[in-house]
Amino acid sequence: MALLRVTSPHAHGPASTQKVMQQVLLATVPGVIALIHFFGFGVLVNIAWAALLALAFESLALKLRGRELGFYLKDCSALVTAVLLGVALPPYSPWWLIAVGMASAILLAKHLYGGLGYNPFNPAMVGYVVLLISFPVQMTTWEAPRGVGEVPGLLDALRACFTPASFDGTTAATPLDVLKQNNSLLLENLWAAEPVFGRWAGIGWEWANIAFLAGGLWLLYRRIFTWHAPLAFLAVLALMAALFYDGGSSASGGSPLFHLLSGATMFGAFFIVTDPVTSAVSVRGRLVYGALAGLLVYLIRVWGNYPDAVAFAVLIMNFAAPFIDHYTQPRTYGHRKPAKRREES
Amino acid sequence: MRKIFDFHGGIHPPENKQQSLGEPIRDAGIPAQLVVPLSQHIGAPSSPIVAVGDRVLKGQVIAEAAGFVSVPQHAPSSGTVAAIEERPIPHPSGFHALCIVIDCDGRDEWLPHRGLENYEGESPSDLLEHIREAGIAGMGGAGFPSAVKLKEKPGASIDTLIINGTECEPYITADDALMREHAAEIVAGAEILRHIVGPKNTLIGVEDNKPEGIAALQAAAEGTGIEIVVFPTKYPSGGEKQLIEILTGRQVPSGGLPADVGVVCQNVGTAVAVYDAIVHGRPLISRITTITGEAVSRPGNYRVLLGSPMQHLLDLAGFDPARNQRLVMGGPMMGFTLTDSAVPVVKTTNCLLAPSAEELPAPPPAQACIRCGLCAEACPASLLPQQLFWFARGKEYDKLEEHNLFDCIECGACSWACPSHIPLVQYYRASKADILQQRRDHEKSEQSRIRFEARQERLAREEAEKEAKRLARKKAAELRAQQQAAESGDDSGAEVDPIQAAIERAKAKKAAQQQAAGGESEQDKLEKAVASTRKRLDTASAKLEQARAEGSDLIDALQSGVDKTRAKLEAAEKALAEHLASQDNPPPASEPAVAKPRSAAEIAIAKAKAARAAEADLSPQEKARKQLDSLRQRLDKSEQRLAQSREAGEDEKIVEALAATVQRLKEKISALESEAEKVESP
Ligand code: SF4
Ligand code: SF4
Repeated sequence: MALLRVTSPHAHGPASTQKVMQQVLLATVPGVIALIHFFGFGVLVNIAWAALLALAFESLALKLRGRELGFYLKDCSALVTAVLLGVALPPYSPWWLIAVGMASAILLAKHLYGGLGYNPFNPAMVGYVVLLISFPVQMTTWEAPRGVGEVPGLLDALRACFTPASFDGTTAATPLDVLKQNNSLLLENLWAAEPVFGRWAGIGWEWANIAFLAGGLWLLYRRIFTWHAPLAFLAVLALMAALFYDGGSSASGGSPLFHLLSGATMFGAFFIVTDPVTSAVSVRGRLVYGALAGLLVYLIRVWGNYPDAVAFAVLIMNFAAPFIDHYTQPRTYGHRKPAKRREES
Repeated sequence: MRKIFDFHGGIHPPENKQQSLGEPIRDAGIPAQLVVPLSQHIGAPSSPIVAVGDRVLKGQVIAEAAGFVSVPQHAPSSGTVAAIEERPIPHPSGFHALCIVIDCDGRDEWLPHRGLENYEGESPSDLLEHIREAGIAGMGGAGFPSAVKLKEKPGASIDTLIINGTECEPYITADDALMREHAAEIVAGAEILRHIVGPKNTLIGVEDNKPEGIAALQAAAEGTGIEIVVFPTKYPSGGEKQLIEILTGRQVPSGGLPADVGVVCQNVGTAVAVYDAIVHGRPLISRITTITGEAVSRPGNYRVLLGSPMQHLLDLAGFDPARNQRLVMGGPMMGFTLTDSAVPVVKTTNCLLAPSAEELPAPPPAQACIRCGLCAEACPASLLPQQLFWFARGKEYDKLEEHNLFDCIECGACSWACPSHIPLVQYYRASKADILQQRRDHEKSEQSRIRFEARQERLAREEAEKEAKRLARKKAAELRAQQQAAESGDDSGAEVDPIQAAIERAKAKKAAQQQAAGGESEQDKLEKAVASTRKRLDTASAKLEQARAEGSDLIDALQSGVDKTRAKLEAAEKALAEHLASQDNPPPASEPAVAKPRSAAEIAIAKAKAARAAEADLSPQEKARKQLDSLRQRLDKSEQRLAQSREAGEDEKIVEALAATVQRLKEKISALESEAEKVESP
């Protein structure tokens, strides 16, 4: 009888990285459906094309690095990156834009640093920011949502992506843009004057945000991540908005609800800020990480040069994560102080 | 209701306890042969006091405790000692160690024994002595000698005695079965322990997944003032530190003992063993062991004689080797695999797990750490396992220590939770071993430096002393000569001299005796060395032969081992021959001193006598130096022992205990040295 010699523990929990990634993918479905409903099939084409590219780039990188394809592709992390970037890009983006974004995400941000787990920056956000800086026009042109303009069909979406002729759908400034450009109207009047606004925030955007919130809550319920980072993120964003709301004057930064349901807020809170690889590790660290990211989003939205700010805020916080980790080590059992402070005192 | 505290982290693995709870405790009977390891506890292995061929009775002491942190071993059944030899023992590294093998005669004949009629009239220290003599070592897992653990620590006042009935590991139900069927004995044992420790509170802590056991304990504890505290099931609440936190809200300081927060912990099995020892005078010779897993058809709890081969239990439980792929002693979270089913059940064998391959599948290949933090959420020590993993892989030992690697209790919760299947605990174990090794190497070089310097200093001092004495003698002689010259003809002066001379003679004689005794033991030592080396050579050669016969690929290694041993033997023989040659014409003074003592005892007695006699003549300084020397010798020995146990990878607690001894000796020595300096240089 050949007895196996292995060290404890001999039992293993049900969790697996693959399952974690699959659940994250699943949780994006409500948000994606909402986006498709309001902005048309461009969203789906984005995601599908991005996913294809992700698998291709991932395979290429693994091949170049001499890794076993099947084992690493199985972790689904490349697909998650593809979906996240696909959602973040404006619908009806040309194929090459998405390709550049995915290449930056998978090759540059992920594999150049050593692959999954070693990347200090969120790959999808790196892809997004590279594009935003290189192709600002394409990256800030959003299709008008259903109810404001016409929504193109699937064929139009495919054509928009893959034919060289530029796409001529109806575009509209995003609500965050509109608010940013406003300097004369009271918010109330702005709301009445601009068709992009809905009940609480932008038409379409508000529901997409709510759908992403639902997906995020499901992930929380499944214990895929803890509440610390997303809650801190949303709370600080709302707090900042409340502090600088000033009753809706022309200089107002927008109401807390507006900020919570605009742009990439919920998507960012539950799918980007929670990215475990690039965030802080301890519970306290994640609170700090989320809170600072929320603060940055507000600062950039209201006083910065870009209308939405989740990608920048997250990348800056990726930078800060190791420092946060350093200063937020938990107190180990039987110690009076956390390791860091013990050392310094 | 007592307030219950929560501890950080923890996991909820499937309990899998029902399988082994279907039937009451069964008796495993008497196997044909019992193999009693001399080391079933943390601390020094016991030393055998029986010889091959001796008939032993059940309960008879067959090996004595060797030192303070040690316990004796008893014959678990009557029979004949068949061998005292190295056998595989249950150990994570698959060690072999000295065991006493008893061929059972099946009569199970007890040595007459009697308990104490009224233990309450006995002093705690007497009771502790009984506990120690009964061979009781912690039965929950670690196997630390209970008497040592219960012994009062100076400066620590114990207010809480905790009896651990948690049994949080999946599959294991030995304590549960004990609580269901022997609650009264547990409570009685707890009362004895309470009498010894004298705490304010005596608590029995049980997880809430054992309702029958809880009910039985509550009924038994009625009116005793012992509280049964029930708390939610969560792994690893049975860890001593975690249990203390759950019940008292206190955390044992890092590197400290439960006594530092006023707590003493004992397992329920240990409580029953204490009860048996005190009330019935029965030593620890059996225990309850769970045998479970899908590879056995009759899982359950068995009362097993210590020393029973695991195979005996497997046979009883209907073991199907075809379904099995590993054997685990202990539970699935912290147990270790056995490589041989012939190893015996020992005092700490709470479970023998024989899972099928589907039940506990081989670990899948590890994926990348995605820093998800599930491990940190699970860690009961509030560590950051993912960071530790990162540093462990990079061999960043400073960082590991900074992140409190040594507070990891190796509970396995992090590995269990990790979605990437990273064998985290394995990394921590390896890193701990590496760091300890590093420290040891550093210590060694440091110590040899210190020793060298101390020796140099001592030699210089001795030289100076000799010189001073010579001068003093010279002066005295001169003085005497002057006196004599002055008082020539005076009788009293002449009278002093013969006495003085007699004293001198006596001294010389004693010194010679001493030398002779020393010489004798030197020869003895050399002879012993030759004998033991020869024995080693024999076994090595035998092994080599066997390897040759089997065509094993170890032949080369064994061959070089044999060669080395042979060289050693030759060296030892040469040393002995040289020594004998030098003894052939010994200094004449030693001749009349001692007739050649024959037995080792006589030598020892002679030596002791000589030493005492010599000591009587010594000045305080010399005495101090003598003491210092003996301390230094002891230090050397303890250091050697420490190094050995470290090399052998013995349990951390032993190593720690030994290290503490070394430290104490060092302190003593330095205290003595500084005192001696004070005396010498006023
Ligand atoms: S649980 Fe595993 S994958 Fe997650 S952070 Fe810990 S080590 Fe990394
Ligand atoms: S094995 Fe160590 S690091 Fe892992 S959970 Fe247990 S105590 Fe924490």
